[in-house]
Amino acid sequence: MGLAKRIIPCLDVDRGRVVKGVKFVEIRDAGDPVEIARRYDEQGADEITFLDITASSDDRETLVHVVEQVASQVFIPLTVGGGIRTLDDVRRMLNAGADKVSINTAAIARPEFVREAAERFGNQCIVVAIDAKAVHQPGESPRWEIFTHGGRRPTGIDAVEWARRMNAYGAGEILLTSMDRDGTKRGFDLELTRAISEATTIPIIASGGVGTLDHLADGILLGKADAVLAASIFHFAEYTIEQAKRHLRARGIEVRL
Amino acid sequence: MTSIAIIDYGMGNLRSVAKALEHVAPRARVIVTQNHHDILQADRVVFPGQGSIRDCMRELAHWNLVEVVRDAALGKPFLGLCLGPQALLDFSEENDGVAGLGVLPGRVIRFSDPRDPASGERLKVPHMGWNQVRQASDHPLWRGIPQDSRFYFVHSYYPRPADATLVVGWTRYGFEFASAIARDNIFAVQFHPEKSAQAGLRLLANFAAWNP
Repeated sequence: MGLAKRIIPCLDVDRGRVVKGVKFVEIRDAGDPVEIARRYDEQGADEITFLDITASSDDRETLVHVVEQVASQVFIPLTVGGGIRTLDDVRRMLNAGADKVSINTAAIARPEFVREAAERFGNQCIVVAIDAKAVHQPGESPRWEIFTHGGRRPTGIDAVEWARRMNAYGAGEILLTSMDRDGTKRGFDLELTRAISEATTIPIIASGGVGTLDHLADGILLGKADAVLAASIFHFAEYTIEQAKRHLRARGIEVRL
Repeated sequence: MTSIAIIDYGMGNLRSVAKALEHVAPRARVIVTQNHHDILQADRVVFPGQGSIRDCMRELAHWNLVEVVRDAALGKPFLGLCLGPQALLDFSEENDGVAGLGVLPGRVIRFSDPRDPASGERLKVPHMGWNQVRQASDHPLWRGIPQDSRFYFVHSYYPRPADATLVVGWTRYGFEFASAIARDNIFAVQFHPEKSAQAGLRLLANFAAWNP
């Protein structure tokens, strides 16, 4: 008995609306973030992550209102990512009711931003998102590099080194996405997940590639992740969060049920 | 109608705490305030906190709230959340050592390389996520909450009261630490009831109706 491994559904939000079509039974409005978040809470989600994919920064303000509405009705932790670039962005999201913010490209542009945000708001609310791709050739020892712009732009930064550095700068958690696996439904990059988990002292959320419930369990048992994040398997009602948790429990993983 | 003051001293997001209280006690008047008069006049007081203990104590001093918090903790129903219980103790190891309010005897200690007692595996710090609380007494704030319910935690330091009889809830993370402490009108929890779904909302509802 002890700390449960977490399951975190992730919602993409564009101008205040959930996109990539969430398909719950009996949902009145498939794009309403409040209604969807409430469903996930009822199913037993341990946290909810909102990823803002709004292209124009003028429209970003809408996410603040979304977070305010969700936070006044859903009483589990909320993480917000996408477009967090300044201390003021962090403050606005936390004041709106987010518990954590996820920082990605702004950390690469200026790593000190992570240190400043952790010092100002506490490391418990600073998540560093890492998008990594394998860059080793067959036969070489494994190596992953950070990519930006949806996996298109290499940075030359070693992912394991970067994770260690962000840990030292005060990140409270790492959201790790394998850009090789994202959208493939072939499962997490377990080798990458394990390498990052073992190189750091903070919790790791595995992301990218979940297609089955066994993938979730493997991320925890083999990848040593502390939490697993998924989108499509939950959104398209292939599985409920509760089914996923029962599956993890059957594989010997402690969950909140 | 009861009034509940949530002490706002610039340490973290209090909106969620206020919303959760409004949700469970729709007839209560919930105010987020740093006004001394409002805090001292309220029927109940919530003392939250996030971030580092050094900043927490500095901000309390900056807003002249040290004595106000001590006063509020003397008589009326008083709920400490997260950093709240840590600030109530005498001393914290964090930031090279910081004196607390000394309302309750004890210290705050860092999780130092915690390990799973069974596997020996290293545990991550911060202690983040849903963990169980073993209720050590039948305190009114536990009413209706099943034994060993899970609550949401996120912290790197934990309270160690000098007097074990103050502990009303224990949580295991490599070893057992005090996740809930209480004395008379004070109840203080290391976890976040406002983020702990049904169990947390029940605790807040119990607080809104508590008459110690």
